[in-house]
Amino acid sequence: MSVVLNVQGISKSFGGIHAVRDVSFEVRKGEMLGLIGPNGSGKSTLFNCVLGQLKPNAGRVEVKGRDVNGMRACDLNKLGVGRTFQQLSVFPQMSVIDNIILAGQEHHGSMLSRLFGPSDAGLTAEAERMIEFFRLGHLRDALAGSLSYGQQKLVDAAMAFMAGPSLVLLDEPAGGVNLTMLGNLKERLKAYNETHDTTFVVIEHNMEFVMSLCNRIIVLAEGAIIAEGTPEEIRANQQVIDAYLGG
Amino acid sequence: MSEFIQILVSGLSAGAIYALAAVGFTLLWQASQTINFAQGEFVMIPAFFVLAFMNWAGMPFWLSILFAIVVSVIVLGAVFKKLVVDPMMRHGTLPLVIATIALGLLMKESVKELYSPLGQPFPSLFPADVLTFLGASISVSDIANFVIAMGTIVALQLFLQKTRTGRCMQATAQNPDVAQILGVDIKRMVLYTFLINGALAAIASVLITPVYLAKFSNGEVLGLVAFIAAIVGGFNQIRGALVGGLLIGVIDNLSATYVSSEYRQAMPLILLIIIILVRPQGIMGTSEGRAV
Amino acid sequence: MTRKTFILAIVGIVLLALAPIGQKSYIIYVLCSWLMFSIGAMGLNLTLGYAGQVSLAQASFMGIGAYVTALLTLNGWHWMAAMPLAVLTTFVIGLLLGYPALRVQHHFLAFVTLAFNTLVFLVLRNEEWLTGGSFGLVGMPRPDFGFYDTGKQIDFYYFTLVLFVLSAGILAWIVHSPWGRAFKALRENPIRANSLGVDIRRMTLLAFAIGSAFGGLAGAIMTPLVQFIEPGSFGLIHSLKMLLMVVVGGAGFFFGPILGAGVVIILPELLRFTEGYYLMIYAFLVIVLMVFSPGGLIGLGQKLVARFRGKPEVRKDMAQGAQL
Repeated sequence: MSVVLNVQGISKSFGGIHAVRDVSFEVRKGEMLGLIGPNGSGKSTLFNCVLGQLKPNAGRVEVKGRDVNGMRACDLNKLGVGRTFQQLSVFPQMSVIDNIILAGQEHHGSMLSRLFGPSDAGLTAEAERMIEFFRLGHLRDALAGSLSYGQQKLVDAAMAFMAGPSLVLLDEPAGGVNLTMLGNLKERLKAYNETHDTTFVVIEHNMEFVMSLCNRIIVLAEGAIIAEGTPEEIRANQQVIDAYLGG
Repeated sequence: MSEFIQILVSGLSAGAIYALAAVGFTLLWQASQTINFAQGEFVMIPAFFVLAFMNWAGMPFWLSILFAIVVSVIVLGAVFKKLVVDPMMRHGTLPLVIATIALGLLMKESVKELYSPLGQPFPSLFPADVLTFLGASISVSDIANFVIAMGTIVALQLFLQKTRTGRCMQATAQNPDVAQILGVDIKRMVLYTFLINGALAAIASVLITPVYLAKFSNGEVLGLVAFIAAIVGGFNQIRGALVGGLLIGVIDNLSATYVSSEYRQAMPLILLIIIILVRPQGIMGTSEGRAV
Repeated sequence: MTRKTFILAIVGIVLLALAPIGQKSYIIYVLCSWLMFSIGAMGLNLTLGYAGQVSLAQASFMGIGAYVTALLTLNGWHWMAAMPLAVLTTFVIGLLLGYPALRVQHHFLAFVTLAFNTLVFLVLRNEEWLTGGSFGLVGMPRPDFGFYDTGKQIDFYYFTLVLFVLSAGILAWIVHSPWGRAFKALRENPIRANSLGVDIRRMTLLAFAIGSAFGGLAGAIMTPLVQFIEPGSFGLIHSLKMLLMVVVGGAGFFFGPILGAGVVIILPELLRFTEGYYLMIYAFLVIVLMVFSPGGLIGLGQKLVARFRGKPEVRKDMAQGAQL
């Protein structure tokens, strides 16, 4: 199976604080990797380095074999990397379907076809399928900003998938979502992974969510990887337990 | 050589006053993400407060200045914040920008209609004496302006760095959430920033108006200079605003003498465009890494 | 475009066509002015209302368009040949100006356009050999198409009306295309748009350049309309006026700039009795409007309608990241 994401020796410090120390890992196609760790373990910093929003002091990030150092977010997306956001991440004054069409339109056709071609870039059917997949059909024409928080998270995920990316990075997808919606989100993510063989990397605080969603877990503490394995292995790992309980 | 010294001195003197306006502008941006397009008018109007106190209330010059500064701090500081900025924070930066543009227009037209469209003579604070130094004639007022303006900025820096309130203000500007958790009253800190800007604008007004005559249209030039100085110096830094202001003052005076008078106004504008092209973080600014 | 909008547009055009009939020449001139400024304001709306960028140079683009058209028509070119050149020039200058400014930070464009507008004014005023300096240029002919001469005010009005409808049509096309969707995304959540593959630098630059080109077109119309142009007509205050037109009408709404231009042009006529005070009143009203309805008059109208109908509003509590 091919390696979709290759993180090699990433280190990042802010002044005297070493947020990430020499972190390396690989993610293969179709995997659902969870990145967990106590507060301050460097998860977000690592995440931002992988996405190119922070420049690491050392190391290399490769997506599908390409070095993505210094790549702009839009180019990274064109390469096949999608992401969700922790905070407000939809376009509130646009309808749900418009949000999703936008997510896909940059991957179809050219600049000129987007000006002179059809107003929906030919994506209405596909967008509607995506909306059905996330069971948001009744909200198709609603303004994205009027949805509940959990619903917006679903739209966010739909947008991330719309471009048919090979790799999706989810930034605390479970944050602030109620239990029912959480189950819904988890189930939809799994279903998507099964049908499209998309690779996921999830950063999360919600252990329950991550353990039941992912098939592989990496644990960070104080900027370094302290454990790697299946959810069962991690649950039993004493080092991990210590890290979380501050032992 | 002597001519050069003269130009340098008057340039630094004007520049220090520009720096006052630029520092206030930068402070507002840092503390509350407010881009105050009326900053030029903020520097134009206190002079008219002085004239109003003198001519309508018959107060002596020095007292008028004092009252004008107090009124500026209240109106350009607290009232501006409460009535214009606060209600608009929830709408985002753009409506606020529009509102400050409209406010500048309102202030300008108010002065034009309610006081006079003509330029008014404004008394100078300092005697008109001229000193000689290395063959150059240097006016006392230039020196005094420089000293007072720089002194104000230095005092401000000391206040921000050495006093508890000042450090709280800095914390609020850098990371309001953390500051709040640490018990800083961020609303009050932001208010102080606005009050300080009112004071800075008033001082700048009183220093610079004797040169230009008090006219309702002064704000156009002063505002532009404040923005350019702030950006050229480095938008997020007070030091930057200071350097920017001095630089603009000197360049402006140099171009008045050595470049055509018709294009004198263009020099700071060209400087702005060059800086944005070549070093967008400004002279003193640190590279903020990636821009979206 | 929905059927309702289409019908409204037809009705609007018919009303506009009937408007000047029987009116005095001066009234017709004001109507021409309104349509002309609407074109410029529609362009600015694209930059500001859709892509979220503050441009304070729209008047200078009008000036460039006006002077290019004037110089060419005074040298024997027909307006129909001069106008495309004027529009192209402003488009290219928009690209050249926007490219470095937008590379950097969001709010820099406002200052760069501010500086640019003043620079353009200085050049227009100082380079007398080219622009006539403070004396301006005079005597530009009204376009004559052989079968149709725009010499008379009412004939020029219909000429302007045709251009207005065409401009609105082009703008409507852009706004409803995927480009338009990308522009809206730029305004609402540029970071999210970036992460979805929208090249926000390129799209912002395009919005700015296209908006400026509309300004150039408005300027090209101004030249034969007033037949005397001078630098003072294109100073910073006029850029501010156009900004207010867009904002007061409703930034980001299609008909906002047309309404706003009407307000800005008609209001001084109505408030003539207040003489100099009208600008004060106007500025004050704008501030009040911004506090209560940043979406301008159309935004206000929408809010009132929604209140009556009880439609779910966009939530404000998650407003972070969704700023204009």
